[in-house]
Amino acid sequence: MKLQSPVNAPAKPNDYTAYPDAAGRFGDFGGRYVPETLMPLVHDLDAAYSAAKADPAFQAELSSFLTHYVGRPSPLYYAERLTEHFGGAKIYLKREELNHTGSHKINNCMGQILLARRMGKTRIIAETGAGQHGVATATVCARFGLPCVVYMGAVDVERQKPNVFRMNLLGAQVEPVTSGSATLKDAMNEALRDWVTNVHDTYYLIGTAAGMHPYPAMVRDFQSVIGQETRRQVMEMEGRLPDAVVACVGGGSNAIGLFHPFLNDEGVQLFGVEAAGEGMETGKHAAAINGGRPGVLHGNMTYLLQDGEGQITEAHSISAGLDYPGIGPEHSWLHDVGRATYLTATDTESLDAFKLCAELEGILPAIESAHALARLPDVAKQVGKGGIVVLNLSGRGDKDVATVAAHLGRTI
Amino acid sequence: MTKARIDARFAALKAEGRAAFVTYIMAGDPDYATGLEILKGLPAAGADVIEVGFPFSDPMAEGPPIQRAALRALDNGMTLSKTLAMIAEFRQGDQTTPIILMGYANPLINRGFETFARDAGHAGVDGLIVVDIPPEEADPLADALDAEQLSLLLLSTPTSDDARLKVILRRTSGFAYYVSVAGVTGVKEADADIVAPHVERVRAASGLPVAVGFGIKTPERAAAIARVADGVVVGSALVEEIATGLAMNESVTDRVLSKVESLAKAVRSARVESLTV
Repeated sequence: MKLQSPVNAPAKPNDYTAYPDAAGRFGDFGGRYVPETLMPLVHDLDAAYSAAKADPAFQAELSSFLTHYVGRPSPLYYAERLTEHFGGAKIYLKREELNHTGSHKINNCMGQILLARRMGKTRIIAETGAGQHGVATATVCARFGLPCVVYMGAVDVERQKPNVFRMNLLGAQVEPVTSGSATLKDAMNEALRDWVTNVHDTYYLIGTAAGMHPYPAMVRDFQSVIGQETRRQVMEMEGRLPDAVVACVGGGSNAIGLFHPFLNDEGVQLFGVEAAGEGMETGKHAAAINGGRPGVLHGNMTYLLQDGEGQITEAHSISAGLDYPGIGPEHSWLHDVGRATYLTATDTESLDAFKLCAELEGILPAIESAHALARLPDVAKQVGKGGIVVLNLSGRGDKDVATVAAHLGRTI
Repeated sequence: MTKARIDARFAALKAEGRAAFVTYIMAGDPDYATGLEILKGLPAAGADVIEVGFPFSDPMAEGPPIQRAALRALDNGMTLSKTLAMIAEFRQGDQTTPIILMGYANPLINRGFETFARDAGHAGVDGLIVVDIPPEEADPLADALDAEQLSLLLLSTPTSDDARLKVILRRTSGFAYYVSVAGVTGVKEADADIVAPHVERVRAASGLPVAVGFGIKTPERAAAIARVADGVVVGSALVEEIATGLAMNESVTDRVLSKVESLAKAVRSARVESLTV
C-alpha cells in the first residue's frame, strides 16, 4: 500500500486557494478548450458567476435554499463500529447521502440553477453518469419551472433505470446517448453539441468540477459547503482538525468540495480514491491520475485515459458515476504538487466495502462512495489510534441495489 | 505566417473572379487506401483547397455524419501519423493544392506541438484548424506553426462580435473561416442572406479571403454562398456519400468524386449565372 506523495512534485504554492488564475489554470491544468461558438458564452458565464459570488443577496438566497430545501447542514457522524472494526483512527462520515435527492450533487445544482435564472437562461441541459446529477438537475428545474434535458449514455440508462424514471417523474427529458462508449464521456459530448447549437437560451449545468473554466472553480465553490461544515463540525466534536479526509474521485466534485477548505492546512492529509475497475493491471479501470497522462478533453487540460495516439480510451467501473476517462483539473494539479494523494479501489473491493458499511453502520452507501470506504482501513491504519479521519459519504446506495445484487449473483 | 500555396491559390481564384471550392474529407475514411484514392482525385474533380480531418475519439463539435466518419477511420487503424503519411503521398503528385488539417487538440498535444508542426510541414500540410483550441489557448500552437511557416486558421462564428473577431483574427493566417451556423457540422443549413453581412465583417476585420462552412450540402446552397464568400466548404455531404456507398456496396470513391464535381460546377458558375440573371 503506497500512501506517499510523488517525489518529483513541482514547487508548492503559498496559498492553494488562490487558484485558478484568471485564465482558469491550476498550474498547467484547466483552461478553456472549447469551440469558438461557445467562447463568448463562456466569458459571459465567468463574469456572471464572479458577480454572483460577490453578491451577498445571491449567497443569502443560496444559503436559504440549502438550509430549507436541501436540508443542510448534513450531519458529521462518528462511525463507532467501523472505527472498532478497522482498529485505527476514529472514523467520521460526512453524511451527504442525507441531502435531498440522496447525494452531494444537489449542492452544485442549487447554486447553478440560481445563477442560470440570474443570467436569464430559459432552458437547462445536463449530462449524467449514475443519474445522481441528472436527478438533482431535474429536481431544481422542477422547483424553478425550467425545461430540462438530461443526456445519459445508453449503457448508463440501462444500469441506472430507477434514476431515469425519477428524472421522468420530475419532468425532465432523458436523452439516451449511443455514440462512442455510450457512457458519461459521450453524454458530455452530446450535451456540448446541444449547447453549441442552442447558445442563445440554454444553460449547461455541468455536474462535476471539470470542463472549461469557470466550471471547475464554480462547482468546487458550490461543493465547498461540504468541507466548510466538516471543519466546523469536527472542531465542535473533537476540538481539532482531522488528520486525514477521504473521498471517491470520478470527475471529483465531492472530493474537491471536502478538500478545498483544508488545502492550506498542511496537517490534514487529503486522499482521493479512483475507480480501479477490474484492476489497474487489467487496463479496465477509470483511474485517470493513476493510469493516465495529461491531455485535453471536454474543455480542460487534465489527466486522461488515452492511447499512444492521443485517442481517449474507455473507462471501466462498476460505478456509473466514476466511469469517466478524465478528472477535474484541480485534482490533477493537487496530485502534481503533492498536496493530495490519489489511491485506487477495485470493483470487488468497493462491493465488499458497500456490504461492510451496510452491515456495521446500517447505511447503504452509493457504489461511488464505497470506493472511498474501500481504502478507509488503509488510511485509518496509517493515521493510527488517537487520530481522526473524515470520509465523505457522498451518496446513498438505493440506486445501486440492482447492480450489487447482480454482482452477488442474486435476483431481486 | 502562411505557406505560399494558400495565398497563391486564393490569388489565382480572385483573378478568375470566382470562389474557392473547399472540400473536407476524413483521413482514412473508410480506410487508408480508399481515403488516399479519394484525396488524389479531389483536385481533378474540382476541389481548389482540401481540408483533411484527422480522427478523434470524442469529436464534440461534429454532427452524426463526421462522428461516424471518425469512427470508421479509427476502426480501420487511422492515426495522426498515418494522416501525415497520406498527405505526403498526395504531395508527390500535387504540389499546388493547399491542404488544411482539421481536428481536435488532444492528438496534437500527445505528439507535441513542435514535433507535429515539423512533421506536418515535411508532409506538405499548409494550415491547421483545431476545433477545441480557441484564441485564449492558441499561442503555444501558433508559435510552433509559425516556426514552420504553417497557417493557423481560427474560426469565426455567429457568436463573434467585432471585438471578438479582433481576438480571433490576431493569430489567423491563410484564409478566414466563417462557421455559418451556431451548431455542429452538417445539421443546420446555412442561409446566404444571413451569412453575407458576416462575411463582409470578417473580410474587413481580417484583410483575408473568407471561406464559409458548416451547413452547406447542395449545389444550390453552395452556389448561393459562392456569390457572397471567397470560399465554400462542404464536408458532411461528402462524408455521407462514403456512408451511403458503403451501405449500398458501391464505389465510395466514385460517389464522393461525382458529388464533388456537381458541387464544384455550382461554385464555379455561381457568379457567372448571377451576372446573366
